Amino acid sequence: MTALRAEGLTARYPGQPTSNSALIDVDLEVEAGERLLLLGPNGAGKSTFIRVFAGLMRASHGQALVRGRPARSARNLVGVVSHATYLYDELTALENLRFYAELYGVKSPYERAVALLEEVGLPRLANEPVGRLSRGQQQRVTFARALLHDPPVLLLDEPDTGLDLAAFALVEELTTRHQRTVILTTHNLATGLRLGTRVGVLARGRLVHQQTSASPADAPALTELLERLGRI
Amino acid sequence: MTRFLSQVRTLIWKDLLVEARGRETVLAGAVFALLVLVIFNFAFDLRVENAAAVAPGILWVTITFVGVLSLGRAFARERDRRTLDGLLLAPIDRSALYLAKVFTSIASMLVVEVVALPVFVGLFNLSVDLPLLVLALVLGTIGLAGVGTLFAAIAAHTRAREVLLPLLLFPIQVPVILATVKSTGAAIRVPGLDPPEIGQWLGLLVAFDALFLGLSVLLFDYAIEEE
Repeated sequence: MTALRAEGLTARYPGQPTSNSALIDVDLEVEAGERLLLLGPNGAGKSTFIRVFAGLMRASHGQALVRGRPARSARNLVGVVSHATYLYDELTALENLRFYAELYGVKSPYERAVALLEEVGLPRLANEPVGRLSRGQQQRVTFARALLHDPPVLLLDEPDTGLDLAAFALVEELTTRHQRTVILTTHNLATGLRLGTRVGVLARGRLVHQQTSASPADAPALTELLERLGRI
Repeated sequence: MTRFLSQVRTLIWKDLLVEARGRETVLAGAVFALLVLVIFNFAFDLRVENAAAVAPGILWVTITFVGVLSLGRAFARERDRRTLDGLLLAPIDRSALYLAKVFTSIASMLVVEVVALPVFVGLFNLSVDLPLLVLALVLGTIGLAGVGTLFAAIAAHTRAREVLLPLLLFPIQVPVILATVKSTGAAIRVPGLDPPEIGQWLGLLVAFDALFLGLSVLLFDYAIEEE
């Protein structure tokens, strides 16, 4: 089953010229359970790709479909983690999670929030205001927020921001545990290749390379490709 | 419908909790209102015969300035911290977000008005019809927050939002300001003068509030989407 499909996907920001769109005519299919590692130099369109599938940005041409539905009407199927935490500093970790759980219509929001804080290893910090947590702890709460409604699709835009190795191992486990479909962008090629099951490379908004497998052995070739694209 | 109301309630709870702990909007608004009232008190020489004509304008200029500050913060804060993206990611009706923001803006402005009103009455030595004054304040605040929340959402996407919000808001607010100033004027008692008939102004305020709240609910989805 196709979980995500981009069909001639073009997207640009307000004021951006058509010739310089953030995404240009991207065609891509991601099957359910696959984990696509999306690579590319800065400004390649990786975060824009995530924003379109998260329903935060409209496609100017083409379509972004999540399980056959337009991304903007499939928000309940998607969990998003980015370098922004989307958390309120004044609220505790538990209050933040309960708040978002209620917005997503999760049954028993309090119990779900408590359970997820256990899963991300922060039960003792449940009642601590998020503003007082370290960046790594905040990112763990962000992961818990993304998993609140048990989404079949996870969009991870540089999720390793602020995480140490142990925390990222936990993130790897949470991401891979339930056979979710994942799109991941990261600047850390080694962890990306460990987590991904296939690779796509964007450059200047275009999908320039795809491979249907991913392994740490691909690192040298991909590094060379990225360096070449970065120089263009 | 139940889910919609539950979303509105959840969003209001969050906004009130964030404000109660951060005290960014209400505290700054109250201090600002008091300062403006004191400055006006020094600037104008109010006497009994001109109080009813001048004092309502002073009060509503103060409230409008406070409103612009408070409304501007409502979305700017969410946008600066990227929590607005977090809200837009959720499968919620955008009008729930609008109504929650309107409610919390009204609540924070009313708190400021509760602080400012006794100072206003005391500084300018006024005798007022309190129920009528409160009615004018509530209706005027709803009108200001209703339209202001919509424009604050639009302005939050721009770099010059502090300038853009009043530029968008004030022209549209003219009927509300006019009606509230007239209604507030009627609530100020002047010895020897009968209060003017203000039924039509209150009617205009109610109509404006209903019309613009309804329109804003419909338009908010377009206003909040950035790209």
